[in-house]
Amino acid sequence: MDLTLKIWRQNGPQEKGEMKTYPISGVEEDMSFLEMLDYLNDQLINEGIEPVVFDHDCREGICGMCSLFINGEAHGPGRKVTTCQLHMREFKSGDTVYIEPFRAKAFPIIKDLMVDRTAFDRIQRAGGYISVNTSGNTIDANAIPVPKEDADRAFDAATCIGCGACVATCKNSSAMLFASAKISQFSLLPQGQPEAKERVLNMVHQMDLEGFGNCTNTGACEVECPKGISLENIARMNRDYLFASLSSNK
Amino acid sequence: MATSSKGLFGSSLARKYWMAVSGLFLCTFLVGHLLGNFQLFVSGEEGKLAFNEYGHFMTTFPLVKILSYVTYLSVLLHTVDGILLALQNRAARPVGYVKEKQSVNASWASRKMALLGTLTLFFIIVHMKSFWYEMHFGSLGTDANGNKDLWTLTVTAFEQWWYVAFYVVAITGLAFHLSHGAQSAFQTLGINHPKYTPIIQKTMTAFAWLIPAGFVAVAVFLFVVQPGQNL
Repeated sequence: MDLTLKIWRQNGPQEKGEMKTYPISGVEEDMSFLEMLDYLNDQLINEGIEPVVFDHDCREGICGMCSLFINGEAHGPGRKVTTCQLHMREFKSGDTVYIEPFRAKAFPIIKDLMVDRTAFDRIQRAGGYISVNTSGNTIDANAIPVPKEDADRAFDAATCIGCGACVATCKNSSAMLFASAKISQFSLLPQGQPEAKERVLNMVHQMDLEGFGNCTNTGACEVECPKGISLENIARMNRDYLFASLSSNK
Repeated sequence: MATSSKGLFGSSLARKYWMAVSGLFLCTFLVGHLLGNFQLFVSGEEGKLAFNEYGHFMTTFPLVKILSYVTYLSVLLHTVDGILLALQNRAARPVGYVKEKQSVNASWASRKMALLGTLTLFFIIVHMKSFWYEMHFGSLGTDANGNKDLWTLTVTAFEQWWYVAFYVVAITGLAFHLSHGAQSAFQTLGINHPKYTPIIQKTMTAFAWLIPAGFVAVAVFLFVVQPGQNL
């Protein structure tokens, strides 16, 4: 299959970037999207052109490292897939494929298609954990009864891989779906209760500090999320934050 | 864990709560306003006197006056908060995409709330100049009962095709604004439940289209019947 790739090239965080066109032939439909980029980079190296920098790691849809805004959608045209799980059979010969980095003030570009998503790590550090005694008398997690339905919903929230597709897709670059998933995975479980109030207040505060936008409830994030994280989590965070704000001592 | 809370002011979530609360209050205002407008379906001297009596009541009864101040405040809050949110949202993505397919994952109205809100605000200003300003500060004549003749002012305005056209366009914009906003407010306030959310969404969607349809029906009725000409 022959394609015309239009790729964002930017030498560094402060450099000016632009879309560059690369014709590519011999792409096979069984290639993953990232393999297609590897294939392009091989050609670019042979031609003495600097290869395109892009994020990737596990290449099996669980690490959240791959990103890319492909033909106007985060992780491309597929639903509930990451870019590494997107295959070239989704495209046809002769197509023009636009490949851009995830765009947000909070996700500055490092180089080409690679963006800095450590803002998510800082939100996590602000409260995305529980404190557990590990001094030799650790309590088995299963010792506390948890209703099956709550455990399932907490697990659903915990499947968020922190890829940032929600931010990239949102017209406001809002991180509400990510933050709400990371808060919900604990707030639904008894183990998450001792720090529940502080968690939601601190993580939302950090989210605001990072410069993400606000939530307009368009629902685009839920559609584009490779893990199908539900908008219910955003409502839960809104609810928890409201009650925590009203009852917080500070 | 040290807590950093801005409480119900300042944070992105709090700004949205105020948007939702003021928006929902303005929804209840629309219901009251529409019920008042339905009196315009009664033509003739009888309708005129009743409508002007109603206008007198709405501008003098203390409880209604309090409600009207809450309404002005809500419009102001919804506007200022909306502008602050829109500016923040714009700043959150300084460089946009070359190719972006927003229509595949979000409704048109949900993506155009600021634009639809601006149109609605413009309409409110024109609408208040036409009726509210004239009623409070204008030189309106009086009817047989001595009440200010708001009825004649109203039916005369809607005799003009361009006024009706502007009104219908603006109210349609409001309908789209409500089609997203009225149900979205519940999500913002954290009200999302597998049992109740489908009911809320259906009810608020019906609200978003039926209330504006009522306003348009009254306007079209006045234009077609021209009750001012038959008096």
